[in-house]
Amino acid sequence: MNRFATLFAALDGTTKTGVKTRALADYFRAAPEADRVWTIALLTGRRPRRAVTSTELHLWAAEAAGIPDWLFEESYSVVGDLAETIALLLPPAEATADLGLDAAIRGLIRLTGQPVEARRAAVLATWGQLPATERFLYNKLLTGGFRMGVAQGLLTRALSLATGVEEATLAHRLMGDWDPASTRFSALIDGDAGGDARPFPFALASPLEAGAETLGQPEDWLAEWKWDGIRGQLIARPGTFALWSRGEELVTDRFPEFGPLADFLPPGTVIDAEVLAWDQAANRPLPFAALQRRIGRKTVPKALLAEAPARLLAYDLLEDGGTDIRDRPLSQRRARLEAIIAALPPSLSPSLSPGLPLTLSPSLTFQTWESLARIRATAREHEAEGVMLKRATSPYFTGRKRGDWWKWKLDPYTVDAVLLYAQAGHGRRANLFTDFTFGVRDGNDLVPFTKAYSGLTDAEFGEITRWVQRHTLERYGPVRKVPAELVFEIGFEGIQESPRHKSGIALRFPRMLRWRRDKGVAEIDTLASLRALLRAAD
Amino acid sequence: MADPVLTFTDRGIFCPAGGFHIDPWRPVPRALITHGHSDHARPGMGSYLATHQALPVIRRRLGPITAEGIAYGEVRPIGGARVSFHPAGHVPGSAQIRVEVAGEVWVVSGDYKTEPDGLAEAFQPVTCHSFITECTFGLPVFRWQPQPQVMASIADWWQANAAAGKMSILGAYSFGKAQRLLAGLPDLGPILTHGAVEDMTEVLRAQGYRLPATIRATADTSAKTHPGALVIAPPSALGSAWANRLGPAEAAFVSGWMAVRGIRRRRALGTGFVLSDHADWAGLDAAITATGAERVFVTHGYTAPFRRWLESRGYDAGIVETRFTGDDPDDTPPDLPPDATHEAAPDTATNAAADGGAA
Repeated sequence: MNRFATLFAALDGTTKTGVKTRALADYFRAAPEADRVWTIALLTGRRPRRAVTSTELHLWAAEAAGIPDWLFEESYSVVGDLAETIALLLPPAEATADLGLDAAIRGLIRLTGQPVEARRAAVLATWGQLPATERFLYNKLLTGGFRMGVAQGLLTRALSLATGVEEATLAHRLMGDWDPASTRFSALIDGDAGGDARPFPFALASPLEAGAETLGQPEDWLAEWKWDGIRGQLIARPGTFALWSRGEELVTDRFPEFGPLADFLPPGTVIDAEVLAWDQAANRPLPFAALQRRIGRKTVPKALLAEAPARLLAYDLLEDGGTDIRDRPLSQRRARLEAIIAALPPSLSPSLSPGLPLTLSPSLTFQTWESLARIRATAREHEAEGVMLKRATSPYFTGRKRGDWWKWKLDPYTVDAVLLYAQAGHGRRANLFTDFTFGVRDGNDLVPFTKAYSGLTDAEFGEITRWVQRHTLERYGPVRKVPAELVFEIGFEGIQESPRHKSGIALRFPRMLRWRRDKGVAEIDTLASLRALLRAAD
Repeated sequence: MADPVLTFTDRGIFCPAGGFHIDPWRPVPRALITHGHSDHARPGMGSYLATHQALPVIRRRLGPITAEGIAYGEVRPIGGARVSFHPAGHVPGSAQIRVEVAGEVWVVSGDYKTEPDGLAEAFQPVTCHSFITECTFGLPVFRWQPQPQVMASIADWWQANAAAGKMSILGAYSFGKAQRLLAGLPDLGPILTHGAVEDMTEVLRAQGYRLPATIRATADTSAKTHPGALVIAPPSALGSAWANRLGPAEAAFVSGWMAVRGIRRRRALGTGFVLSDHADWAGLDAAITATGAERVFVTHGYTAPFRRWLESRGYDAGIVETRFTGDDPDDTPPDLPPDATHEAAPDTATNAAADGGAA
């Protein structure tokens, strides 16, 4: 892992993307082929199955370091990363061997399912022969969480530099269900891996910060709702039917109701769509929480299928009759999509079955930007987050490219709330209090109603951390109770009843918009005002 | 029973028999000072006593004060106490303070490191009954590489940057760490210093500490005038307008805290070199063992786990709370692990963070 460790050090030692790209490209030119494949796999979130549990690692490492368990825990809480804590705690290696990345991972794959003694012996032996950085990386392989600060775009750029293959082509070839253990580097780069179910890279929109009127003529644009579900890509090719999530996860089996589509879609159809939980009676989406119950489950019980049936709202057509049409203008793709959906059989008996769970995400008709703004203002009534604007001539591009696709979300709801509890984060945020619980006023009481983790600057988190340390009232494990003094403006996208929460409500996408240093606890909002929003949302 | 040799008050460590305080944080009539860092040598004391080697820096920082110097190892009676100063190896002039009252010996470590750095007077263990030790890095994850190895990696980095036509900016505490780097790095080219670093370097050079030639960075010095130069600046100067003016450069922070990746990444600097003027876990352990003390008080750092560790090893251990808020921006890099202590004591955490500056 010597070469991999050098790569890691180079990536970790800079924040400049140019330097990272060059380091990665050099690696892809020189590293052994099998190591390159694993590196691509790790950087795209394809990890070997975990051979050991965190508890086992804790135990074995504390033992090897000769320290009691509680001291291990104290160390972990300061370092904030299990793999690194172990690498720092173990005594220096006595003799070092150069274990290749491929060999290291194959060793781990072989360990899976072996008796605990065999796994323990193998891990301890490997620890004993690796220098510090390699040991940390080996632990990262063991614990499964690999983040190296390399975004997908940076990876394909580096790979493109090293191989001469175009970036967008590579982005497509790296997608899909390929197994790093049996895939050759050349096959991956030439596009022979990934299988029949290989999806296309998703095109992503950028937030529209300036007004819509900056986009030019309204007639050049198509508008539709920005749905609050999960983005999906449906693949119907001869012998293959698959649904991919935006996170490149194969979720076909989680949505069995889409299965019949395999029989009705023309062969060679790939559709970009939103997966939503659907209220059949009202013919509108259910709140995101309903879909959330579906996402987490690999197999879906019948009752849940009935309570939260899923539906696909189609946005775009990427492959038509087996031909990749991503380069054609959106208006043409959209026309083909409409034709395909129109050709689907209607429900034979609407009273018994609502028909196939695939419909068009409707286009919004507007003459002027003002009229679109008025439509956008009603998004919440449609269970939407805002509107999407796509240039009629735009291709289906790879990843995020500014200029053609915009998401124009509603301004979030806001509430002023007071900080009640704080907890330290992990990784980069270890030792910084970043995970907060907020309260609003309920009569004479303060009732906790949401958590939020993001939205402040590092400097603000640092300042709040020092304040929390000086003002801790009580500790519950890692959680600190603090005096109700600091007021924050919390932004959120939606609100729902939630019997599981003390406050009776749950927020969607809560985050801190601002630290309101100008406000005191007397000026925060009330639970009653939040409940009023709940009624308005109904 | 007689008073203990040292007691812990809201002004700092106090010796009832001698009527003096050690490193007090509020004005007292008589202060014994372990070393010149601003969390130990504070303004406003009636009189100061420190080693001859420590005094010039203290005077430079505090201005006109009533102060007296003492040689390492010299025994001085103060009231009913006998006091002597012994090398702590932390920074030039730094000392542990030994206090003996009626045959009972207590030692206050101040800040210390056990590895000789070639510049500060090397640490010497002092036998005592009770030892008050710092534990800034009192967790087993902190294990330092030998200094020559760290200096070699810094030298490699400097050379690689110079070869790429860039300057190398090292963020290092302006008194102590900066001069340790000057003394320990090979001569690979010109060395520029930030004003805060140069001020301290001048004081130490005048005292006779062997330090290489340095050039005070001014509006006229840059990568153009001094290609491939090394620049030593306080951590707060990294990424500032001052640093940007120098031209194309790589920056790195030199501190014991750089051992933890999360802390390093929080500074968004990329490069960090692990070099500390405090003892690591093994160093603390060795130093405590060498004193032969049965009773150990811990302060500054991961006090709660460190005390628990000492107790598990059979020591009678306690925690001394410190109360210090950094007033020198050099002392407090913006985001060092503020929660260095798990004690509920209100200000210990800030103190640990401030201490990190000298780490």
